[in-house]
Amino acid sequence: MRNTEATRMLFELHSPGRRAALLPACDVPPTPVAALLPGDAVAESAPPLPELSEPDVIRHFINLSTRNMSVDTHFYPLGSCTMKYNPKRNERLASLPGLVDLHPQQPAEQCQGMLELLYEMQQMLGEIAGLPGVSLQPAAGAQGEFTALLVASAYFRSRGEQRTRVLFPASAHGTNPASAALAGFECVQLKGTAGGFVDLDELQAQLDDRTAVFMVTNPNTLGMFERDLPEIARRVHAAGGLVYIDGANMNAICGITRPGDFGGDMMHYNVHKTFTGPHGAGGPGSGPIAVRDFLAPFLPGPVVERTTGREGAAVYWLAQPEHSIGRVRSFFGNVGILVRGYCYLRTLGPQGVREMSENAVLNANYLLARLKDVLPVPQGDRCLHEFVASAQKLKETRGITAMDIAKRLLDFGFHAPTVYFPLVVPEALMIEPTETESRETLDAFSDAIHQIVAEAPESLQRAPFSTPVSRPDDVRAARQPVFQWTPT
Amino acid sequence: MAYLVNTPDQRAEMLQTIGVGSIAELLEQIPAPLQMRRPLDLPPALCEIELEAHMKGLASRNLARSRTCFLGGGAYDHFIPAAVDAVASRSEFYTAYTPYQAEASQGSLQVFFEYQSLVCRLTGLGVSNASLYEGGTAQSEAVFMSMRATDRHRKVVVLGSVHPEYRQVCATYLHQVGCELVVVPTPDGQADPAAVARALDDTTACLVVQSPNFFGVIEPVAELCRSAQQVGALAVVSFDPLSLGVLKRPGDMGADIAVAEGQGLGIPLQFGGPYVGMLACREEYVRKMPGRLIGETIDREGRRTFVLNLQAREQHIRRDKATSNICTNQGLMALRATVYLSLLGPHGLKELGELCLRRSRYAAAALAERGLPLAFAGPTFKEFAVRCPGGAERVIARAAEAGFDIGPGLLKYELPGVSRPEELCLFAVTEQRTKAQIDAVVEGMAG
Repeated sequence: MRNTEATRMLFELHSPGRRAALLPACDVPPTPVAALLPGDAVAESAPPLPELSEPDVIRHFINLSTRNMSVDTHFYPLGSCTMKYNPKRNERLASLPGLVDLHPQQPAEQCQGMLELLYEMQQMLGEIAGLPGVSLQPAAGAQGEFTALLVASAYFRSRGEQRTRVLFPASAHGTNPASAALAGFECVQLKGTAGGFVDLDELQAQLDDRTAVFMVTNPNTLGMFERDLPEIARRVHAAGGLVYIDGANMNAICGITRPGDFGGDMMHYNVHKTFTGPHGAGGPGSGPIAVRDFLAPFLPGPVVERTTGREGAAVYWLAQPEHSIGRVRSFFGNVGILVRGYCYLRTLGPQGVREMSENAVLNANYLLARLKDVLPVPQGDRCLHEFVASAQKLKETRGITAMDIAKRLLDFGFHAPTVYFPLVVPEALMIEPTETESRETLDAFSDAIHQIVAEAPESLQRAPFSTPVSRPDDVRAARQPVFQWTPT
Repeated sequence: MAYLVNTPDQRAEMLQTIGVGSIAELLEQIPAPLQMRRPLDLPPALCEIELEAHMKGLASRNLARSRTCFLGGGAYDHFIPAAVDAVASRSEFYTAYTPYQAEASQGSLQVFFEYQSLVCRLTGLGVSNASLYEGGTAQSEAVFMSMRATDRHRKVVVLGSVHPEYRQVCATYLHQVGCELVVVPTPDGQADPAAVARALDDTTACLVVQSPNFFGVIEPVAELCRSAQQVGALAVVSFDPLSLGVLKRPGDMGADIAVAEGQGLGIPLQFGGPYVGMLACREEYVRKMPGRLIGETIDREGRRTFVLNLQAREQHIRRDKATSNICTNQGLMALRATVYLSLLGPHGLKELGELCLRRSRYAAAALAERGLPLAFAGPTFKEFAVRCPGGAERVIARAAEAGFDIGPGLLKYELPGVSRPEELCLFAVTEQRTKAQIDAVVEGMAG
């Protein structure tokens, strides 16, 4: 099925006079625009957008969709990204009239159903975290980190303390230091142990009255539980600091252990990962934060509160926490994603949420067991929801890199794992299968890797062969940057 | 659990392959004292039939569904063509990840490159990123970008007529880094260019203008941009993308950075998000930009290929020196905006703008005749502030009784210099509102 349409640009389909959207006729006096607006404000002509028909537009974009890998079409074991199945009922229910068309300026008494949903979401996320104060406002995980750091800062200020430093391990996601810098903190990176864990002595040496927050991902980016976290938290607290848990890897531990129970004071969720957002080719996400009770007065507003009305029925309303840091975005939050996450949690229930994590751990350990003979896993034989394999030996003995394996996997119909992260493992392949993949899929993936590592290195370096394009010229992209279409 | 795929037998075999007897044994990595000894306190599981009934029950308690919307204040009830939903519901788009593997993501990458290209044409500026969260954070990102571009980190000037929530976001973002946010009051509902000029000096990183502003009034953007640039500050202009079939583009009026809330471009209201933050700028500032940028290149066979470009600006490479902490953006919403603009085209954009302009002016004149005059004298596009002698809440309540939602009332906002805000409410007219609806809401409001 040859398809030449898919490679044309929107702008190359333009033909003057084509129309798709037609608008109603003007039913009020057709006063000339020039009589309604000052001359220097009026555009001489409309912007030079392409002129297209609706059939053109649909064929163009639907054909483009076929040039993607996605969870619905392929196994997508991208480490740290939790690419699990996105339930279709969530999509339908988030689009119900009364939810999807609700204006953010609607008064509270006209949107009690939505406010009840968001209140319940706050309660559920607080319970799963073991941290009772919840703000649903952050638009994504990185904004959740930033928001929590501002909350910490306001808390310290309220105590008359000037704490300026944020500490994090070298294996942290890039957003941790970037959020800390944006929030005005000095960043201190810790090397950690050879095995990728927090080094207690190294941490202790850095702790002092400048320490504001220690940020740590647990399970960490190697898919391992930081067993020393209670001791880490004890020491950070003794120095007067707070512990932040990056919740990117919550899919491993929901219902099994809680950040609030292992020493965390604050955390963020990625609703688009753990609670099936979906990812949307890069977003939208939703990054709610949960904090200890003494930090709750500093949360951004609005939050949903519940009181009992005159007839004993619950009444929901939007409130500003007493010492709120203010807003971190306009309106309430990425509600459309929160509604999907709510549907997911209500579908799973308490037992289902735990089974979700248990099976994510089972699948990851099974795949680790199937792969370790050809792709050693430096951290050992056990992991939680993901593991990091190394192609270092293959590189030394046969000249096959992590990138080569990643690219060749595309030819076998599998999305590549995350490669070259975390930096603590050389030639890293970070693999997160999630709980929604079958044993058959995991076996097929393992078979593909076994076949790939036996292939000729020179051939692998040219992979992939079956994708719509081959390896792109990144150097050219950077040296001769082109960011928009221009007529040739 | 609802979405598990492996059977109990398969799970047992998998445990055997791993070499453990149970999942509990795998979980021994988590110290026993830290493991939960009770089930989570969550509501019980619902099957799909029960869940749908539950969600319909919640939705039915949101009374907005049967009403007619004249609400404004930063989100608008614009029409969404079916073709936008059809494309956005392709799961090859919505279940994909960020396009880090270019060979497996050409669909998304090309869409975002087309989005960037359309935004450049819409704004008259040389480069657009691939989206930010929403209008408020886009404005704050532009402010940080201006601080980097000018190397001025002490002072930012913003007009009082900028959306108060955008100003609050900016205040939250700037508070921590010790940069002063100077708000120039706008008692007349629009900028006083002389007052703005007095607020600017050679330590100012940027001037932030919104046009049409929070009150719907069109600002003298070109004059304000010149004023900022005379002191070496950047001009940041927040615009309404749906106004640009009628109003001049920010780039043509001198903006250095243009930002917008893109909700009107085919994105449902959904109680405030997800929306899309737009940010475009002059090409010279490209390396200071926040967020992802898609670039065009070629593959090994010389075919046109799209990739994530200039990633050295971003958090996953540059960490604490990144231009922003943003990682996840609003990809699916940028896709909606791309399809929407493709369907509307230049003629659609112009007709839509003229319709909003004429119908909103008709509404304003009709309200004025019934004793509810425009609050401010400046020219408006699709939204305006009404002065309600005796209080805005009574008028909003009267409209509500008649089945119409208007507002928001402005008492809840911090509006420097604006007198008697308890008498003010916003009123927005999109292309969906008819003359008959306008006549009826005016009747209801006048009481």
